[in-house]
Amino acid sequence: MRTVTLPVAYMPLVDAAPLIVAREMGFDHAEGISLDMRPAPSWSSLRDMLAFGHVDAAHLLSPVPVAMALGLGGIATPLSAVSVLSLNGNVIGVGTRLAGRLTDQGYGFDFSDAAAAGSALAKATGDVLVFGVPFPFSMHVELLRYWVAGTELASKQVEIRTVPPPLMAQALAGGEIDAFCVGEPWGSYAADDNVGALLLPGKAIWTCAPEKVLAVRNDWAETEPHLLGSLMRAVWKAGRWLSKADSRTTTSEMLSRKAYLNVSPELIDRALMGEFTISASGEQRQVDGFVEFFDGAASFPWRSQAKWIAHQLAKRNGIDVSTAERQAARVFRSDLYRRELVGLGVETPGASEKLEGALPESTAVASVNGSLILPPNVFFDRRIFEPAG
Amino acid sequence: MKQHLTVVVVEQNQDRAFAIVDALKESGDVEVFVIGNVSGLARKIATHGPDIVLIDIDNPSRDMLEELTVASGPLERPVAMFVSGAAGGLAKAAVEAGVSAYVVDGLQAERIKPVIDTAIARFQVLRQMRTELAETRRALEERKVIDRAKGLLMKAKGVSEDEAYALLRKTAMNQNRRVADVAEALVTASGLLS
Repeated sequence: MRTVTLPVAYMPLVDAAPLIVAREMGFDHAEGISLDMRPAPSWSSLRDMLAFGHVDAAHLLSPVPVAMALGLGGIATPLSAVSVLSLNGNVIGVGTRLAGRLTDQGYGFDFSDAAAAGSALAKATGDVLVFGVPFPFSMHVELLRYWVAGTELASKQVEIRTVPPPLMAQALAGGEIDAFCVGEPWGSYAADDNVGALLLPGKAIWTCAPEKVLAVRNDWAETEPHLLGSLMRAVWKAGRWLSKADSRTTTSEMLSRKAYLNVSPELIDRALMGEFTISASGEQRQVDGFVEFFDGAASFPWRSQAKWIAHQLAKRNGIDVSTAERQAARVFRSDLYRRELVGLGVETPGASEKLEGALPESTAVASVNGSLILPPNVFFDRRIFEPAG
Repeated sequence: MKQHLTVVVVEQNQDRAFAIVDALKESGDVEVFVIGNVSGLARKIATHGPDIVLIDIDNPSRDMLEELTVASGPLERPVAMFVSGAAGGLAKAAVEAGVSAYVVDGLQAERIKPVIDTAIARFQVLRQMRTELAETRRALEERKVIDRAKGLLMKAKGVSEDEAYALLRKTAMNQNRRVADVAEALVTASGLLS
């Protein structure tokens, strides 16, 4: 069958799985396209590859297209987030010095209670606490800021610096940072490398944080609607395949290949199974649904998610919050999601916005054809996000 | 306003760094600093107070520079990858050449253009050299694999070297694949079977 080649950029991370699976399992060919997977050396290069037309779609940090719409950062090409590739999937870890002090003060590293972890870390650290994150516009930064502001860490001087994940272990060992927030497999990598211990999964701060999105240029989405539809369907099917428990081992093997992540499948398994080894001494912790690709309409780009991101960015950068939320809502394209996936019989929610943080339990909500179960959606401080209007 | 432009080049490879510095100095009145070690990159750059920062687009440490584009960055002057106004076309050319340039906002396009043009040209040459080197390496690797596949065929089927190669080529043609790919498949399969 003849297929149209579609260049797609990604960062070699566990959460690039929906795109890698779409390619490796042939979901792309079934839709008449052939994904040409291009690994990027950095998030800024990945963004430029997409903005300047070297690729047509990308695996992107969810705050990046929002920040671009608000005029933050260098580049202003209008981008659309046409689906959410993954919810959650980050880990917060501390260097060995802090880990030692936490252990000495009797902290149990439960790997789940964010408030308790914040209090314990505030006692263990000096006045200044430096975190490393992969990019200035990232869910990593937003989750850290939200967590710090809502715990005893708020009394400390917290700095956030950008460190490429492969250099995170080195930066910890060199004392340049005290702690980090990164996507898998880099957290597990640091723990295995004996430069740090894992403190919390990102999920402990917000159970439903949109982590990566499938991003395209607005002009491309308008001129190539058929290719866009094929891409979205292939990625959606890859997500469905990924949601089956018996796909995980195959996925770990696939991602571990040299052409993709080039790390051992065992390391990738931890994120996919939610079975973590939090320190080099081998302590295990279980996190159900550590990263989610599919269940509970995980891939639906809720406009309220974009508003939450814009709200945080606007407040920190002195931009009018309600204008920012309005601009951001247009970036998460629930309209395109409905339009392109309706033919597959995908259950899409009736609404395009939800109250972020307002679902303590799994809840059935109205969908276009009946009902849909949404997973718990809470912040660690139980606050409910209210858009500015 | 100072007369010359201050340029920081982030480049770990010394030879490449020298080549870029020489070219930039010929392009006009510029002062050039090279940063080779990327730890604490944003702070190191800030100490030079540069007008322009140049970095290879394939350098993973580039994300450290993105901090400079946030207004409250350590430079205290907003820096952007130059995309605005007159320099818009230059940005695309730069990305294609494999260099990204961060420029202090408000610098006039005519002042930065000679420097950026030179950088683009220089990076293009360096990128071409790197591509050629990678190609040569790959060709060498492929020849090794093809030689091993030929050896396997000669041993298994008792054929001559020429016949072994002809068989590889015929299979590749029939399957619409490259000879090197067929050879690699054979070598992998025989590794599994042995």
